[in-house]
Amino acid sequence: MVFPGSNCDHDTYHVCKDVLGQECFYLWHKDHNLKNADCVILPGGFSYGDYLRSGAIAKFSPLMQELQDFAQKGGLVLGICNGFQVLLELGLLPGAMLRNKNLKFLCDHVYIKIENTRTPFSNRGERNHLLSIPIAHFDGNYYAPPETIEEIKRNDQIVYRYVDVEGRITEEANVNGSIENIAGLTNEKRNVLGMMPHPERVSESLLGSEDGRIIFESIILSLKQA
Amino acid sequence: MKIRVLVSFKDTVLDPQGQTVKNALLTLGYDFVKDVRQGKVFEIEVKDIPEEKTRKVIPELADKVLANPIIEKFTWEIIE
Repeated sequence: MVFPGSNCDHDTYHVCKDVLGQECFYLWHKDHNLKNADCVILPGGFSYGDYLRSGAIAKFSPLMQELQDFAQKGGLVLGICNGFQVLLELGLLPGAMLRNKNLKFLCDHVYIKIENTRTPFSNRGERNHLLSIPIAHFDGNYYAPPETIEEIKRNDQIVYRYVDVEGRITEEANVNGSIENIAGLTNEKRNVLGMMPHPERVSESLLGSEDGRIIFESIILSLKQA
Repeated sequence: MKIRVLVSFKDTVLDPQGQTVKNALLTLGYDFVKDVRQGKVFEIEVKDIPEEKTRKVIPELADKVLANPIIEKFTWEIIE
């Protein structure tokens, strides 16, 4: 799905099509048709220049009604970085994003750990497996009220967490200040995932790492099994 | 008619920008400053509609668009 200001749409398309050999197409946010997609990806970028709040204007895009229905029926939706912020604003995922704790735009490689492999976005991984993956965001400090956090934990919705190189969940590894070191989480039904790190930037060895492929390969596997 | 809407973080949400401003003020010697919370101001000019309607619609649009109710709260007033 492409919004004015999306800038990771081509990278994501390239990985799905050229690296993983999937049929792939762009959906313009003003359209009114998901064109029978099996999975919709909301890419990273700065939709509407992050005006008002990150993702806040994109949620009023015409195609969002179709996206809501698609998600409601169990369709797979992946939001990466700004895509995650849009999904939060839409209410497809619980919580909200605050500015990073150090008030800086973070552009770095971090380690995340797979916390839950029983989702369509992580089933190719192993629990506690580490991924080295880039982040690039200003508003990635995940926040939700305590009762929501309790619910998220009870339902096992946390899929990826920021960790150190040893896989430990530390305050230092929690680069943006997210509650519970949350880097990625699903909805209760597990068909919608939002994550701040960019798997599309580490999905081919030419770019130094293939750690991000696990996310896309998991989606492909779960669609094949369905 | 002109309306001013003030959006700020809920008291339970940490406001690192407000904290940074507070620290800057303390560094400058304004040692009486206890706390700073940063927010956003929207000035909305509306067409000639009944005040009753304004009172119904402004909180609605503030809640739907201007503020994210998970982290923010808002107040509003008619300024002109």
